[in-house]
Amino acid sequence: MQPLLKVENLSIRLPKGSDREFAIRDVSYDLMPGELLCVVGESGSGKSMTANAVMGLLPKVIEVDSGAVTFDGYDLTSLEERRARALRGNRISMIFQEPMTALNPLMRVEDQISEVFLIHTSMSASERHDRTLALLEDVGLPDPKKMLRAYPHQLSGGQRQRVMIAMALALEPSILIADEPTTALDVTTQAQILKLIKELQRKHNTAVMFITHDFGVVAEIADRVVVMEKGEMVELGKRDEVLNHPQHAYTKKLIAAVPPLVSPHRDVRVHQELPILHVKNLCKTYSTGGSWFTKARIVKAADNVNFELHRGETLGLVGESGSGKSTVSRCVVRLLEADSGQILLGGSEIQSLNSKQLKPFRKRIQMVFQDPYASLNPRKTIGQIIADGPIAQGMAAKDALAKAAELLELVELPKTALDRYPHEFSGGQRQRIGIARALAHDPEVLVADEAISALDVSVQAQILDLIEALKKRLNLAVLFVVHDLRVAAQVCDRVIVMEKGKIVEMGETRQVFEAPNHDYTKSLIASIPGANWRSGVADNELAPVMEAQV
Amino acid sequence: MNVIKSLTQNKVAMVGFGILFMFVVIALFGPYLYDGSPWRMVQRPFLPPFQNSNYILGTDTLGRDVLAGLIYGARISLLVGLVSTTIALLIGIPLGAYAGYYGGWVDELLMRFTEIFQTVPSFALAVVLVAIFEPSVYSITGAIAIVSWPPVARLVRGEFLSLRGQEYVLAAKLNGQSNRNIIMREILPNSLSPIIVLASLMVASAILLESSLSFLGLGDPEIMSWGYMIGAAKTVIRQAWWLSFIPGVAIAITVLSLNLLGEGLNEALNPKLSGNRES
Repeated sequence: MQPLLKVENLSIRLPKGSDREFAIRDVSYDLMPGELLCVVGESGSGKSMTANAVMGLLPKVIEVDSGAVTFDGYDLTSLEERRARALRGNRISMIFQEPMTALNPLMRVEDQISEVFLIHTSMSASERHDRTLALLEDVGLPDPKKMLRAYPHQLSGGQRQRVMIAMALALEPSILIADEPTTALDVTTQAQILKLIKELQRKHNTAVMFITHDFGVVAEIADRVVVMEKGEMVELGKRDEVLNHPQHAYTKKLIAAVPPLVSPHRDVRVHQELPILHVKNLCKTYSTGGSWFTKARIVKAADNVNFELHRGETLGLVGESGSGKSTVSRCVVRLLEADSGQILLGGSEIQSLNSKQLKPFRKRIQMVFQDPYASLNPRKTIGQIIADGPIAQGMAAKDALAKAAELLELVELPKTALDRYPHEFSGGQRQRIGIARALAHDPEVLVADEAISALDVSVQAQILDLIEALKKRLNLAVLFVVHDLRVAAQVCDRVIVMEKGKIVEMGETRQVFEAPNHDYTKSLIASIPGANWRSGVADNELAPVMEAQV
Repeated sequence: MNVIKSLTQNKVAMVGFGILFMFVVIALFGPYLYDGSPWRMVQRPFLPPFQNSNYILGTDTLGRDVLAGLIYGARISLLVGLVSTTIALLIGIPLGAYAGYYGGWVDELLMRFTEIFQTVPSFALAVVLVAIFEPSVYSITGAIAIVSWPPVARLVRGEFLSLRGQEYVLAAKLNGQSNRNIIMREILPNSLSPIIVLASLMVASAILLESSLSFLGLGDPEIMSWGYMIGAAKTVIRQAWWLSFIPGVAIAITVLSLNLLGEGLNEALNPKLSGNRES
């Protein structure tokens, strides 16, 4: 069989002064008709570069240095713009990561999709309408007739991604490029979109180049896999071979860092002492958009939430976006004011305290934030960032700095970091600094709000290990807010599953994952991509539905 | 250091900086180096420029040296521009910071107060203020400051609104830091870049305002300024156009150079525009 797209020794040069010379270097692979090829790598690995070169989306300062991308007898890297435009959207099309921004907010769904026909075909208006309707049915949108008239803001993230897919497939392209199309979606929606892409690919025999960082997704849908590291292609092979018998050290490392979806055995301790944190009947309601004439939209972000947290325990708070898990965590540390309910910290009620009374309690409960790039003040040195807390609590500046140095050692960073600024550190290092800042108070409770979701998988594993080690050493109670169930299964002693502000299930991690009671928990667990892979049950077998076709 | 580096690489901004630097030097040292008072009548009136090598820019309606007027005028223009901008920043930054940081009724109150100033045309307000307090350098500077702080307050409020939800600010709250500390040490240093850019443009508009007031005869009668020179020459513009033209060019060049510098600062301080994001 002839390959549809042939990438040969492609090198793309970065502008001078970048951290490396080439964005990608000497990359070669083929895309066969009807195959789903996954390009995997961590951030900065250059995994999107080839796709961008194919679509002509490279920024002006970046140019193709050598090599060729051959499609249909043309070299796409040197094709003149007019010809390339005729291919784009017609023979090769693309879907993007962020469905929120990929659709024009001022255009109705119908206009948006039929624009593709308008540009590339000579269909009449009624033909365009009929085709658009058929496409919406094809991608499984509910009530397609009504959908035609909808604006993007009226659709959910998953629905928008379906519209994007409909647009991309409108002219039955031979190649579909998907750049992290499910990364911004919730796990259940992700499962549906992955299924849809796979189905449509079979139905139209489209070749798909699927760019992702998630090995779970790879296990779920790929036929073949390309692994990228720092711009170099380190491994290329059939999915089963790459996932189960990786050859290259980097691939091995990446795969080992993916948390297996099986909860390790943990000693279940019966806690005699009082819980360090006790949340009773916590409620928090948001209302938006209310005016004299319209009713406000009321969202119950926390609806009668009750739980206890003991020292030395990790409690996972899992759920999809909008489930209220972040709201609960922020209410607990009193960054948000709850509407009602009680929060007991070590037996003292802190919910009703004013900010002055709260001050001595602040140091007992600390938080690690999600975004390592936004959680450190860019204008302060690391030493100041860590020492500020203790100084605010009354410690002498000199002692606080000495303590900061100790803490840096604790989070495995060199002492020389004290006088440097946050931008000199990588994401993982910054997250260590964030942890050091939280620990500067010797807290009893540590709230980790999605503390690892912004990190690459190999860095994630290191940070998780660090938190686990610190927890044991300092006998911390950890409230771990996380949307990634694989992570939750690994690190949590107990988990709470939240849906729409309510706790739907709470229990020991192992029991929740192996025998979930609530339907929502079941659907969450079933939606984890690549659930059969590295589940500890059958390490060598992948789901039969997903066999390779090539 | 990065900012200075990328600013020095911006040719247009450096041209602006160069011209401005020249004017500052003239304002500071000109009166000592150039012998002559702007008020003394030295030659026949209406002497056109480049006719007499002693008075190279000619003389005005009363025979006063135009070049001396320009040099002394640079002093007052730059002084009024800088001082009034400083005062406007001192009013606008705290107001905007409190409004943006606390939100709620504090925000409502301070912003309604700001809007009172914004609804009155600023030039008309400045004229009225100067007229009430008798024209002097102090009243003019004060009036310009009072009409130009509202945009500062608006800008600072916007910056604070977007930065107060940043995770490092939340972390400072969790640390138990005082609100004052959070405002001064966490948020303000991170919102300085747009303020600096705005300030450079405000100096330019303050110079224009001062000139306009002097043109209308509301300048300090004891001080020679560019606006006064144009105002005094307006009746003879058909016979002696250069008397309006020369100070007019001085104003235009100063304002232009400040705008160029402001633009350059904006690019240097705003990493998205300059393309060399720190990471």
